Amino acid sequence: MSATPNKIQRRPFMAELLAKRGKALIVPGLGSPTWDCFAAGDSPEYLYSWGGMGLALPTALGIALAQPDRRVTCVTGDGEIMMGIGSLAVVADNAPKNLSILVLDNEKFGETGRQRGLTSSRTDIAAVAKGFGIPATMTVTEHGAVAELAKFLFEGPGPVLAVAKIAITEDPWQLPEKDGANIAHRFRLSLGLDQA
Amino acid sequence: MSAPSDGWSDAVFREIKARDIEVVCTVPDGGLTPLLKMIEGDRAMRLVTLTTEEEGIGIATGCWLGGKRAMIAMQSSGVGNCINALGLPAAFRAPCLMLVTMRGQWGEFNPWQVPMGQAVKPALEAVGVRCFPVDKPAEVADTFIAAADIAYNSRISAAVLISQRVIGAKGFGQK
Repeated sequence: MSATPNKIQRRPFMAELLAKRGKALIVPGLGSPTWDCFAAGDSPEYLYSWGGMGLALPTALGIALAQPDRRVTCVTGDGEIMMGIGSLAVVADNAPKNLSILVLDNEKFGETGRQRGLTSSRTDIAAVAKGFGIPATMTVTEHGAVAELAKFLFEGPGPVLAVAKIAITEDPWQLPEKDGANIAHRFRLSLGLDQA
Repeated sequence: MSAPSDGWSDAVFREIKARDIEVVCTVPDGGLTPLLKMIEGDRAMRLVTLTTEEEGIGIATGCWLGGKRAMIAMQSSGVGNCINALGLPAAFRAPCLMLVTMRGQWGEFNPWQVPMGQAVKPALEAVGVRCFPVDKPAEVADTFIAAADIAYNSRISAAVLISQRVIGAKGFGQK
């Protein structure tokens, strides 16, 4: 897709975006989206993931259905959203007003050795999302659009999907909690669902 | 809504309601039709139609993380689509309840259903899912209760496997 190389540096971009999330619950996909969230500052409202590729969006949809008064934002990568691309139809069909999706698209399988991904040639995830019936989409190619993106993801009516065309970067490892029971417990604790 | 004639869907629906399960995710199957109709007709419930069954594992896990109960209803062929996904509720120690109508089993007409039908129970057990097979219509509701209660109370994955003997084999008009 890209005539010019992607420019957005994911770590400062995500840090600035997450600083504007308000009370949004964040569901990052496995790998780099999870590392990005943790690198921006730990929160029990981040549902870190270490596996189940393709399931970040269905998981976020489940949370959005169960917590209709809370904004829920799924932050995933191009590889993961492509693996579960049909979930966009399920999201569109259920039309949760509180769900937004951000795809960090570096056009590569970054976690496994930067092998080329399917968005590197002809596939445009924002266009696909429109076809599935996601009412509003946005494509971001500049860091400077982060404030506009934050409004789109955290304030407007969902469901919406944004694609951020991010650069391949060498970022230091930032590994959060990996015990899922603990991640789930602190997430539910923050929602008042579990006892401490 | 007209009463279903299969003798078990009404009872299972009652138990779903009694347990406050509000979301049922499905790729539909013929044997599930009466139950899915009841769910669709209930204004307090949401029937989520999936593109592939594994999505239901994510949605049900997300619902629990957000404080609601959900389950997945599928044909046995869909179990194969769920195997890696079942690591998600296991990792989160989240409950996961599945209702599976079997194919490839009792008098199956279609050979394409047989390999997955045979693999359902060992494949589910290999990823740690407790299986509750049932082959008599009168025992479906009790089996559902047993599976649902262990799933939600012990926060594990459990699957009710409804035999093709209960559903009846589809003959495609052939002998």
